[in-house]
Amino acid sequence: MVDNNYEVIIIGGGPAGLTAGLYTSRAGLNSLLVEGGLVGGQIVSAELVENYPGFPDGISGFELGQLMYQQAIKYGLNTIIAEATGIELREKQKEVKTTEGNFMAKAAIIAGGSERRKLSIPGEEKFIGRGVSYCATCDATFFRELSVAVVGGGDAAITEALHLAKFASKVTVIHRRDQLRAGRILQEKALSEPKIQFLWNAIVDEIEGEDLVKRIKLREVKTGEKSTLEVAGVFISIGLKPNTDYLKGILPLDTAGHIITNDKMETEIPGIFAAGDVRSNSARQAITAAGDGATAAIYTEKFLS
Amino acid sequence: MSEPLAVNDDEFDQIVLQSEIPVLVDFWAPWCQPCLMIAPILDELAEEFSGRMNIVRVDVDQNLKSAVKYSIMAIPSLLIFRNGKLITNVVGAKRKQDLKQIIDDALK
Repeated sequence: MVDNNYEVIIIGGGPAGLTAGLYTSRAGLNSLLVEGGLVGGQIVSAELVENYPGFPDGISGFELGQLMYQQAIKYGLNTIIAEATGIELREKQKEVKTTEGNFMAKAAIIAGGSERRKLSIPGEEKFIGRGVSYCATCDATFFRELSVAVVGGGDAAITEALHLAKFASKVTVIHRRDQLRAGRILQEKALSEPKIQFLWNAIVDEIEGEDLVKRIKLREVKTGEKSTLEVAGVFISIGLKPNTDYLKGILPLDTAGHIITNDKMETEIPGIFAAGDVRSNSARQAITAAGDGATAAIYTEKFLS
Repeated sequence: MSEPLAVNDDEFDQIVLQSEIPVLVDFWAPWCQPCLMIAPILDELAEEFSGRMNIVRVDVDQNLKSAVKYSIMAIPSLLIFRNGKLITNVVGAKRKQDLKQIIDDALK
């Protein structure tokens, strides 16, 4: 079923999609933005964004997202809460399939960002909400005076560990390498926090428990030596994966699943653009995503004229 | 649009457990971004299922008693009660389509 005809459909409501929508709407193009949940993208989970120009005192990610949204709809951007599930080419039109129906447009800008990567080990799914969590900010309060593990070694993982240290009795960071990827300032904070300890070169094989998580099974990367760690919580923070599963076989993707574009944000298919974190070689910043969105919108306008 | 009613520990029994129709309780907190992400979806669902399923919110930060009673260890947690009994428990942010399905199943 085709509900409507748009000039451009934007998939994703983060900084890339909202900026693209602002530009296409201001250019007078009938635009629809498709977003699965709250607008703002990954940035909404940042308590304070201090590197987005124009806000010398920083701004909460949630507020930044809301402001971008208000600015875009002020110029007539249409939005719908729906998840994109596919794109098909219909002669010169693009049919965007979503969980709330299908929509036709002359052009599409894919700005669907990324989602949290899972460990995909036994016990992970089973114990979600029973000790397994992907959001320390949300759930740390439920682990007061308990021992928890954080899996990962990047900025996000170390930020989570530092937050958990305010609540938990002990935080063990489990990392598959022998050094952290996290930035220097975060590393120093974590290394000087007495509640945080590190397990290097370690992989989690399994999460065990009965009703709730009780322990995790570990393996040393080099020696293969196995061990067990008693924990009540496992916080998984092993990076992001681009939301491009529905584009496999339609658009060329890099090995990690990001969409390959040129510097005009054009993909291999004329009239389909990509912007933000979903794009190969993105710097993954709110400001670069916004820049991508503006670039994609400007070349979309040229494509349509 | 009707926003889900905020319910506190003292009102839980009356509004949720003694409800004539099934109730979906969204356990959330203001610091939880995934909770904020699904809030607009729940607003829409509250409208769509109006009269068949009540959708209410419990802020776990203010209402620890209810959170402990139902062993909430992660938010958002969405619990559906029918005739005072817990019949469904879903953890984490979900797509609108999935939440719709969960509510439809609970209403069967």
